[in-house]
Amino acid sequence: MMVEKVKGIKYHKKQDVAIVGAGMTIFRRRLNETGKELSYYAVKQALEEAGLDISDIDMVVMGSAPDAFDGVHMKGEYLLDGAGASNKPYVRVFVGGGTGVFAPIAGYWHVASGLADVCLVVCEEKMSSSHPHPQSAFKYIWDPILDRPLKPNLIWIFALEMRRYMHVHNIKHEDIALVSVKNKANALDHPAAQLAAKITVEDVLNSEPMALPVRRLDVSPPSDGAAAIIMVAPHIARQLTDEPVWVTGVGWSLDTTWWTNRDLYFPRYVAEAAKMAYKMAHITDPRKEIDVAEPYDPFDYKELHHMEGLGLAKKGEAPILTREGVTARDGDLPVCPSGGLLGVGNPIAASLGVKVAEIYWQLAYRAGKRQVAKEVTTGVAQAWGDLMQVGTVVVLSNKR
Amino acid sequence: MRVAVVGVGYSGFNANTPDLSWKEIMYEAAVRAYEDAGVNPRKDVDSFVTCAEDFWEGFAIFDEFVPDQLGGVLKPTFTVTADFLHGLANAYMIIKSGLAEIAVVEAHSKASDIVTFGEVIKFAFDPVWLRPIGKAHPYYFAALEKSYYMSRRGYSDELFAEVVVKNKRHGRLNKDAPYSANVSVEDVLSSEAAFYPLRKLEIAERSDGAIVFVLANEQVAKELRDDPIWINGIGWWSETSNYDTMSFEAAYAKKAAEMAYKMAGITKPAKEIQLAEVDDRFAYKEVQHIEALGLAKKGEVEELMKSGYFDRKGEIPVNVSGGNLSVGNLLEATGGQKALEVVLQLRGEAGRRQVDAEVGVAMSWRYIPTATGAVAVFSR
Repeated sequence: MMVEKVKGIKYHKKQDVAIVGAGMTIFRRRLNETGKELSYYAVKQALEEAGLDISDIDMVVMGSAPDAFDGVHMKGEYLLDGAGASNKPYVRVFVGGGTGVFAPIAGYWHVASGLADVCLVVCEEKMSSSHPHPQSAFKYIWDPILDRPLKPNLIWIFALEMRRYMHVHNIKHEDIALVSVKNKANALDHPAAQLAAKITVEDVLNSEPMALPVRRLDVSPPSDGAAAIIMVAPHIARQLTDEPVWVTGVGWSLDTTWWTNRDLYFPRYVAEAAKMAYKMAHITDPRKEIDVAEPYDPFDYKELHHMEGLGLAKKGEAPILTREGVTARDGDLPVCPSGGLLGVGNPIAASLGVKVAEIYWQLAYRAGKRQVAKEVTTGVAQAWGDLMQVGTVVVLSNKR
Repeated sequence: MRVAVVGVGYSGFNANTPDLSWKEIMYEAAVRAYEDAGVNPRKDVDSFVTCAEDFWEGFAIFDEFVPDQLGGVLKPTFTVTADFLHGLANAYMIIKSGLAEIAVVEAHSKASDIVTFGEVIKFAFDPVWLRPIGKAHPYYFAALEKSYYMSRRGYSDELFAEVVVKNKRHGRLNKDAPYSANVSVEDVLSSEAAFYPLRKLEIAERSDGAIVFVLANEQVAKELRDDPIWINGIGWWSETSNYDTMSFEAAYAKKAAEMAYKMAGITKPAKEIQLAEVDDRFAYKEVQHIEALGLAKKGEVEELMKSGYFDRKGEIPVNVSGGNLSVGNLLEATGGQKALEVVLQLRGEAGRRQVDAEVGVAMSWRYIPTATGAVAVFSR
């Protein structure tokens, strides 16, 4: 094949990319505000933290999950003015639930390609306008011929996946429930948290069954919210701060539509995305080289599942690390120090605020009461979405 | 380092496609593009971009359904919820960032599956301020814009009829233009004033089709073929979030063109561009876009149009493919059909409708009710 002759002669990006500001709204059921307003709050905070004005922004990237939540067609266009993108190059990117970590990847290439020096990345989700429950929007994510007639519901397929994960590694529900206990407790220190609480493993095991083995406290809540980060070129970063946080690796991967054909015990798509991001960040041993992680945790077993996909634990080892306290905020590898989606809330794409933004705050030592005990240099954020199908990974570092 | 188009493939364009699903037309277009570029999607392609909007597709998360038929399983694949040219811009940046050496862009339309087209468009209106206004079909917004634009520029109705006549005639030389026809100015002017002053023949009908492009960085492109088509400039711009606050003069196209021209080093577009494919889903849009792209001065389009300046054999041929008025409204694939025509023309593969051009421009708008557009400049 002709291509092979020249492939791998690596072309390097035009410029490095740093994050210099982030903002997020309180995650909650927010009936009084439109998605535009939520976006505005997040953008305003991010601009303030970066010390920039909206006129300094060259380009805007929007991330938002299904249009069906808002019942607005071309939702990206609708959210445009709230996101501060009037009279700017603006684009919305979309990989379902993985969008919260994907939008910063798109922001990365806007800057790294040299087309923008200052790129604003905004993620918004307003789930509460979906009646009677946002779950009804998920009726329309299935293959119309093979899946939809079975009237599946998202909780069911996660129950299948959780069951498979537990079965393959012989994991008890008690071990998985520890994740929920940890994250909800971490969220007590997060000012934007929706479901922060001190709970016990017994509370999780005795909570209302949704679709067994999934129980109420295994699941993150639907939320409304928005988050934003500002990504800039090195010469801009130097003017704004002495301690920018650099994007050192990005990766994403989309698996086949046919989720029924996958072995659900291991997220290969996350592993592929992580491989891409780690290669770019020159990380060979993620367990040793990564100091803090924010894997996507809409369900408690998902945090464990994704830690394994990210190579932060061997297959089946993540529950052990959790039980030993390695993933606690004062542990050797703090995982979801923000409180994650289980504690802070899960406005799908706006999870940017507890994933990439949280790692940015941790590495910039701006996480306040949530700051992890150990010294941190490198962190990873990850999200997951579509039909248990897409992995999105961003590696950040406070050393260039 | 430059970025080039090394392969193009398409399926369609047809008024309806009862025999094939949207997955199948995507597959057809993709296979043709990979064959054209000489690449194996599973081994050679590093990144895939799909352009789609959930409501056009009838899914809540359409991104789920794209990797298999493109050969993008377990690869970096994602969706841009915008026109093909926005997807092209993102693929361009992915290559420029060093994230990929070969990237693929796909967009499609299966508009014939949409039962309530006008109702879907209405869902794009601001739910508080605009959606509750009346029960009329949303084309009335386009009629308002046309009305404003005509009075602002002093253009007569014949101009827009001339656009329809030209584009429908151009389409006669394109085998994939289902709405091409020989019509006269009188035919257009006497067609039903469906949304006065917008007449039935001035509105592009919907059609089905898919377009796939394979892009590569300079090194790979030169290795793959002798005649890569270079992307010299690309721009995209959003003016405002909805119809009620936009300028009604296609400012989105003007700004997107400025961005693309700056990148391509074009200072006198009317002199440096020999071919343009612009969004003409309403006949007046072509006129707006010709002005916005700097191919004619404000208010001068009528005279030039009537003198044949924008004809296939004129100074700057516009919509030689027949445009949307002949090919049809391809939803988010509209920019794809524009870019495809420019690439085929620059390669000299446009058959009976071939024109002589070195530099061509493709432009798309995101349709009612947006004020968003994108522009790409290509050269041999």
